[in-house]
Amino acid sequence: MKNGAKALLTLPPAVYLFLFFAVPGLLMLLASFRFPGDYGGLAPWYYVEDGAITFDLTLENWARLFETTLYLQLLLKSLLFAVLTTAICALLAYPLALTIAASPKKHRDLLILMVILPFWSNFLVRIYAWMIIFSPQGALTEGLNHITGLLGLEPVNLMFSSVAVITCLVYVHLPFMVLPLYANLEKHDPALLDAAQDLGATRAQRFWKVTWPLSLPGLYAGAVLVFIPTLGIFAIPDLLGGTNGIMIGNVIKQQFVESRDWPFGSVLSLVLTGITLVLVVLAGRLGRTPGALT
Amino acid sequence: MRRRNPLVTSAAVGVYAFLYIPLIVVAIFSFNDSRLNAEWVGFTMKWYRQLIENDAMLQAAANSLIIASCAAIAAGVLGTLAGVALHRFRQKWLTALVLGPVAMPDILIGVSLLLTFMLMNISLGMMSIILAHVTFCIGFVAMAVQSRMAGMDDSLLEAARDLGASQWQSFRLITLPLLMPGIVAGMMMAFTLSIDDFVVTFFTAGVGSSTLPLEIYSMVKIAVTPEVNAVSTLLMLLTLILITALSRFSPQSLRS
Amino acid sequence: MLEIVNVSRRFGDFQALNEVSLQVQAGEFFTLLGPSGCGKTTLLRSIAGFDTPDSGDILLDGKSLLALPPEKRPVHTVFQSYALFPHMTVADNIAFPLRMSGVGKAEIERRVADVLEDVRLPDKAKHFPEELSGGQRQRIAIARALVNRPRLLLLDEPLSALDAKLREQMQIELINLQKEVGITFVYVTHDQGEALALSHRIAVMNKGEVSQIDEPSLLYSSPKNRFVADFIGQCNLLDGKVVSCDGATTRITIDGLGELAVQSNPNIPFNVGDDCALTLRPEKIRLAKSVAPESDEVHFPGTVHDMLYLGDVTVYIIEVKRDGHPVLIEALLANSAPGRARLLDTGDAVEICWPRDAGHLVR
Repeated sequence: MKNGAKALLTLPPAVYLFLFFAVPGLLMLLASFRFPGDYGGLAPWYYVEDGAITFDLTLENWARLFETTLYLQLLLKSLLFAVLTTAICALLAYPLALTIAASPKKHRDLLILMVILPFWSNFLVRIYAWMIIFSPQGALTEGLNHITGLLGLEPVNLMFSSVAVITCLVYVHLPFMVLPLYANLEKHDPALLDAAQDLGATRAQRFWKVTWPLSLPGLYAGAVLVFIPTLGIFAIPDLLGGTNGIMIGNVIKQQFVESRDWPFGSVLSLVLTGITLVLVVLAGRLGRTPGALT
Repeated sequence: MRRRNPLVTSAAVGVYAFLYIPLIVVAIFSFNDSRLNAEWVGFTMKWYRQLIENDAMLQAAANSLIIASCAAIAAGVLGTLAGVALHRFRQKWLTALVLGPVAMPDILIGVSLLLTFMLMNISLGMMSIILAHVTFCIGFVAMAVQSRMAGMDDSLLEAARDLGASQWQSFRLITLPLLMPGIVAGMMMAFTLSIDDFVVTFFTAGVGSSTLPLEIYSMVKIAVTPEVNAVSTLLMLLTLILITALSRFSPQSLRS
Repeated sequence: MLEIVNVSRRFGDFQALNEVSLQVQAGEFFTLLGPSGCGKTTLLRSIAGFDTPDSGDILLDGKSLLALPPEKRPVHTVFQSYALFPHMTVADNIAFPLRMSGVGKAEIERRVADVLEDVRLPDKAKHFPEELSGGQRQRIAIARALVNRPRLLLLDEPLSALDAKLREQMQIELINLQKEVGITFVYVTHDQGEALALSHRIAVMNKGEVSQIDEPSLLYSSPKNRFVADFIGQCNLLDGKVVSCDGATTRITIDGLGELAVQSNPNIPFNVGDDCALTLRPEKIRLAKSVAPESDEVHFPGTVHDMLYLGDVTVYIIEVKRDGHPVLIEALLANSAPGRARLLDTGDAVEICWPRDAGHLVR
């Protein structure tokens, strides 16, 4: 009876996710050691000749990663973009989360809803909005170039730049930072600040000695939620980045869709997977640090 | 109420402006009588009229709705089972399997499923998109259900058994109704994620299975036109209506 | 009649119940009393069917309950958290056990109305549990458990979530309700005051074993061991050794006080040289400035070490110092007469006295 219920609950989702999550992962691992097919896709990975099986696998795809510094540079740039995005998100989210947490209880839900609301408009709409804002004919660029013109500088073009990419990355991922941070700050006992003040702490000391250290778990959680999807993004650099702004996601997409070099695309994907796994494990460790509240 | 710093508050107001101004700009230019999204020329509804006549866009919208509904229902069932299982049995491997697709960048789900579908000779189309969407939606439903389970007083189930309910009756009459708000919230989340998804769909869609995000992408890729503003504005309006309606209904239907 | 026969239960290294046996009479208000971890809740859960003993048997009217799942036992529980179903109205909550046993619609309506009348909440039928106060939830939880007349009602610390005033009121209601319905109640609590006030009989439990089963008054006046003496009410425990036993009188030496004669305990045989303890209730002690030489009381000179004014009474801690080793004894004086509150002050010399038969000898 007990085992029957357990199987009934566990098996359907487990089988589904095995087929469409675990198996694809393993197939991708295998693909990274296979030769590309003549017309894209994959070449067979074994031949049967006279009843004997010959495997046709290679390390070439992995070696290609290190043949030029191109891919490593790209990876570093993607990591840099993700770090910058995460840092800016944290910088913007902190005052917002702090303000919402300090608002009267009845307003908090509405204020949080207002943070999530733009997130519910379509992902591409949100990117598109920045394409308008950064467009060379847009008011922002024209205004900026008016100023640079007065200063005798070259006119700037924001579209297809790293600035455009990072701005949009921040815009798209900001709620992921605000929500965990708010959830953390909202739980702080206001009496802690009263106690700190009572014991002689100034406003800045109250923040840096009480609020800040207690908020770190929320900040870590938010950082992971922003960093990981940012690292793998391809739509934003694709539409806003031009040739300068491309990230590792764009190259993966290119390998799978345009050059149809699946083995090398798999290699790049696995590198991204590896980084993600390391980050997830690291985040789990940080979350369990003694003294860190969750 | 806690003390507030005016500097912090004004920074917060600035961030709200950052969140909303781009969307407001999109909406305003959807009524602008000019091909360029640059200068206000005059009010027009012609972009909306053009949109209604755009059959490809309407077909894509229909596809999106079908896919999101199917994905939400399938993920609702599988995710509920997974959420209850995660809470009851706390198996590490199941946690990894359920939450893995949530944690991975979506491009990885997309390309690995593309690889799998091609190797297994599953043709790309509506079915492959739904299969892919369910993969990353299960985790969200499971998390919503699991947190609902965790907040549930265990003695409620004991009370039901104590008062004469069998194991199945106590599940049907107590557990399921109490999980309902979590299941509904999870399915709403799944629906939203599915209808919003671009990346996974991009890799798993085939000929004739274009969705709204894919359609917008191909339009934007070619040129920025106010027709995109119009479809974006409509989408935003739709989300707003949906959210308002749900928040109206929720106090009764989501009683906890 | 409920019989618990040699029930044992072990969770890993922890022996929750060790060979527990007891009998509860039909119609009795029986209480399992003890500190947390004493096994009382495990025993209650075993009776309800949520836990299965490793060995032993639980019989109701001679038939074993162990093979039956919880829903098949004629036993209902009032949970500590009340466990009212939050998504059902009060009426639906109460109707739940009736529906489960297939009672007809009209009959359900009638019985729900009746039981709501019994717990004096007839106008709350359409309310949801979250709209009720703590005391009201408590009454609904009891109504739900009683509505289909179980043979046995188990109550798991049902009053612990209520504030002190309300608790007292609910205690009176529980006593009356139990009299009215005549159903056997098995009540679990760690609050000795509650147990004394409510029960016909109490089983004091400690470390998975039953220490003593008795009526409340006997439990208070003649505890069988140090644990019961200490757990029920306030008590001075004076450690000593038996010097001689002579029928009605036993002579003991108490560390710090020296030798004295006390009344023998007919239930516990002592041998010379045995360790023993004299239990002495604070309210049995008299404090005086001086004692007449012809007095028959046990008395020692001491000084007031500390005092706690509690309103109706004052607790005095008296230090007695005879052979270097000071002994602290607690005495309780009623503040019934005006001016009695500050009869003595810290540091005052005082004679501490008690009647020869006031102490109770335990192992």
